[in-house]
Amino acid sequence: MEKRVTFSSATIGLLFAFPMLLLVFVFFYWPSGQALFWAFTLEQPWGGGNKWVGFQNFAHLLKDPIYWNSIVRSLVFGAGSTAIAMGVALVLALLTDREMKGHRLYRSVFVWPYAIAAPALGLAFRFILAPEAGLLSIINRVWPDVWNPALDGNDAMIAIIVAFSWKYIGYNFIFFLSALQGIPRSLIEASAMDGSGPLRRALDIQLPLLTPTLFFLLVINITESFQDSFGIVDIMTQGGPARATELMVYKIYFDGFKGLDYSGAAAQSIILMVLVILLTIVQFRFIERRIHYK
Amino acid sequence: MVERTPIFNAVCHLILLLGLLIALLPFAIVIIAATHDIKTVNIVPMPLMPGHDLMANFHEAWVRADLGRKLFNSFIFATAVAFGKVLLSTMAAFAIVYFRFPGRSLIFWAIFITLMLPLEVRIVPTYAVAANVLQPFQVILDMTGVSWLVAHLTGMQIKLQWGLLNSYPGLVLPLVATATGTFLYRQFYLTVPEELAEASKMDGSGPVRFWWDVLLPLSRSTMIALFTIMFVWSWNQYLWPLLVTTDPNFGIAVTELRTLIPSEFGLPDWNVAMAGTLLIMTPPLIIVILMQRWFVRGLISTEK
Repeated sequence: MEKRVTFSSATIGLLFAFPMLLLVFVFFYWPSGQALFWAFTLEQPWGGGNKWVGFQNFAHLLKDPIYWNSIVRSLVFGAGSTAIAMGVALVLALLTDREMKGHRLYRSVFVWPYAIAAPALGLAFRFILAPEAGLLSIINRVWPDVWNPALDGNDAMIAIIVAFSWKYIGYNFIFFLSALQGIPRSLIEASAMDGSGPLRRALDIQLPLLTPTLFFLLVINITESFQDSFGIVDIMTQGGPARATELMVYKIYFDGFKGLDYSGAAAQSIILMVLVILLTIVQFRFIERRIHYK
Repeated sequence: MVERTPIFNAVCHLILLLGLLIALLPFAIVIIAATHDIKTVNIVPMPLMPGHDLMANFHEAWVRADLGRKLFNSFIFATAVAFGKVLLSTMAAFAIVYFRFPGRSLIFWAIFITLMLPLEVRIVPTYAVAANVLQPFQVILDMTGVSWLVAHLTGMQIKLQWGLLNSYPGLVLPLVATATGTFLYRQFYLTVPEELAEASKMDGSGPVRFWWDVLLPLSRSTMIALFTIMFVWSWNQYLWPLLVTTDPNFGIAVTELRTLIPSEFGLPDWNVAMAGTLLIMTPPLIIVILMQRWFVRGLISTEK
């Protein structure tokens, strides 16, 4: 869409765009380029600039079982939390959309978790899921040593998945509900008149009409599970026990700022960037298809 | 509701109530734990009747995490990001929508590509830039030979240095440099009737006046939605503030949660940790509850 009436002064136009362009150049394009540069070079131990090493940094990474471990953990985390957060949110949104008594209350409360900072809910869940105090410690009373996220890697992974999903149920709920309310009531009423029950309508009318939203949320949830997880991991497990929760962004932070291995961290950033860009491209392609529904 | 299904409705209510429980339980646990003393909070299972030590725990958390200073910083930080975002977005979108000049679509894409890569994935080099924001320009001058020329002609070495670590601009600017708000504003400007611009031009107003007197007042609701969402988003930032603010004077509240993690030795004082969590998570929650309509609207329209 283009405006018919426009202003012709190029100088003023450029001046309006200039502050944003300057920021984007300094804090986006330059660092991204820098990451590329570092990924293909190695800093010399006695100074004297960086030496071009080609794909050596990537080769090192891809041979490193610890790096593969972090990729696998990230995928487990992403898949687990996305499935829970989207599944629960979809059910809650479908039921809230039936507009039964109290739906206004549900509509507002289910959004609250998304307002909480990831590290804050990380600390809250660290207490709730702690093995020796809080809420879940009861099961250790009954079966001693069943649950201990501080020692058992699987328990730790479950703990961060639960914490992250809780926040993103709120997020997904907002989008699902707004999409559901965009479906014309007449469609639902017509099919009810034809004798279909609530479940049949959900499967045959609401879910197909929700596919664009479903797909959009799938991509967002996975990319957010790469980024927003940092605060939760840092507060709840610090990547432990024994690297069981060392997700990709946490490893970049750890290698880059604690290990001071800029080249290795930059190569990891590039791999993560490629992953995120691929996901975004998939999403953009899907947005074109979304138009068919309107 | 389109039909009478009493049994199914009862099941729905049950599931929704369960959802309500899941959503509210963590809040309840945090609040209750914050009222106990250190012995009670460590009883398994924790008593669900609130204790009497809320104020003492608040005080302890307030002192330990230096929350007076930190909450103030958080407030400044979140307000500045939200304000900067609104201002720069409305300006950039105005340039993209209302002007015709060569390179316009290049600018459009240069800004929109930033949506693809969030700060977290390019964190290491962004940190390096924040340590000296003039470094890009220094490199450009060196590469193009300008520094060499100046050094030869005047004998002066060009050394551009402006560190942003441990400063408000360092906290704020990198978070403003993304396209979320620009996209929202572009969508809004495209819905503004052409006649308004036409009439303004006929009355002899230039672009700046049109932007200030017509577009800004019209975009009030877009502004509120964007401001709300950006305030909550930046209040909850963690990784970037953690890296940039090593000086406690510039630290923000959310990164202070680290100091509240109970130590591994002795009886863990979860009551203080939860009191601190409560204080830190409440401001964005209040905003979301009060501004729910704007928040939801802003969220849906910025992400799409």
